Amino acid sequence: MHGYQLRAAFEESVGGTWALNIGQVYTTLSRLERDEFVRALPESESGQRPYEITETGRAELSRWFSTPLERTDRPRDELAIKLALAMTTPGVDVTTVVQSQRTAGVRALQEYTRLKARPIEPDDLSWRLVLDSLIFQCEAEIRWLDHCEMTILRHRPGLAAPVSAPVEERERNSR
Amino acid sequence: MSSVLELRGVHRTHGRGPAAVHALRGVTLRVRPGELVAVMGPSGSGKSTLLNLAGGLDGPSHGEVLVEGRSLAELSRRELAAVRRRTVGYVFQDFNLLPSLTAVENVALPLELDGVSVRRARRAALASLSEVGVTDIAGRFPDQMSGGQQQRVAIARALVGERRLVLADEPTGALDSGTGEAVLRVLRERVDAGAAGLLVTHEARHAGWADRVIFLRDGVVVDSSGPLDTADDLLEHRA
Ligand SMILES: Nc1ncnc2c1ncn2[C@@H]1O[C@H](COP(=O)(O)OP(=O)(O)O)[C@@H](O)[C@H]1O
Ligand SMILES: [Mg+2]
Repeated sequence: MHGYQLRAAFEESVGGTWALNIGQVYTTLSRLERDEFVRALPESESGQRPYEITETGRAELSRWFSTPLERTDRPRDELAIKLALAMTTPGVDVTTVVQSQRTAGVRALQEYTRLKARPIEPDDLSWRLVLDSLIFQCEAEIRWLDHCEMTILRHRPGLAAPVSAPVEERERNSR
Repeated sequence: MSSVLELRGVHRTHGRGPAAVHALRGVTLRVRPGELVAVMGPSGSGKSTLLNLAGGLDGPSHGEVLVEGRSLAELSRRELAAVRRRTVGYVFQDFNLLPSLTAVENVALPLELDGVSVRRARRAALASLSEVGVTDIAGRFPDQMSGGQQQRVAIARALVGERRLVLADEPTGALDSGTGEAVLRVLRERVDAGAAGLLVTHEARHAGWADRVIFLRDGVVVDSSGPLDTADDLLEHRA
């Protein structure tokens, strides 16, 4: 397979939820070649260079599939860090940070659900599972944000007023 | 476009004196045709109270509830009963199926009470059961169904006929994730066909099917994924 074919195959399985640029594909291929996981074959007439997987590559791939990902291998959660900093930085309203992040989460969820609401085609299965993964991650984040909001409200009553308070005030004043 | 459901500065206090519980404290909300609004909030935040008021099962202590532009407080007992039978479809948190009726009889009941012939009501009930995928248990009594099946029959009952306002209190509570999703798909289709929907859920994944999500805390709307409905907004709309 050459680079463009690889990209097409990848995007077909993840359903366009993770776009790749072709530069990324070639950088990855040359790193894989350096580590002897793939080897380059002679260039085709159309000037495309196909690659094939090596025995070492196959072993590495099977190790990757059979080993669970370590949670610490994943990027640090910027949101958790942001909230922790918002809690301790004077002049920053944490509840606003929480609420705007939650709104963004809900919007993303609505977007993913719209994609999901389309009729199911049999070969959609792999990207649907990717979509579900995004949906479950979003849901987890929203639940955690709910939890943060409740905890903050409980521990610092009076500091964080509900956003609809001004509406209530206005109604009361106009009566 | 006019709203199917409108809550204006609604308060609801349960009980009196020192034991009084302020379940809702000034909720203003509109749901338009073709719109599904999800309500999220922790247990005790007033979600069921809100839904009961919207369906005319309970009245506000203060403020106003309008269904299709008519204030429920101004309706006679008979008119209110007719709105509940004809316009509003309600999925209760605990299903509320009648134990002595089969699935299809439970679903046909609101239509029959409304004067629809037994045959036509039955046909509509079967169509509604098929929408939620449980035609095979049409002849079973509630105690012969699993929780998930009862839930789906309750949803079929809420959707039967031409309901313009569908209210659902945790309709996916007893369902596994695949079945829960199927139910939301049905609800979404009904709303896309022109009904208005209000969905109470504590699962964000399910709220993702809504056009707008509001967050309720201690009887107050604290946040919304879209613009908050304010009293000014309603006044402007009337002008
Ligand atoms: N009939 C009632 N009598 C007294 N208190 C009630 C009644 N119904 C609800 N409540 C109280 O009102 C608050 C809101 O209840 P509810 O609307 O059922 O919340 P949710 O559905 O969000 O869990 C709770 O504190 C609850 O105990
Ligand atoms: Mg409830």
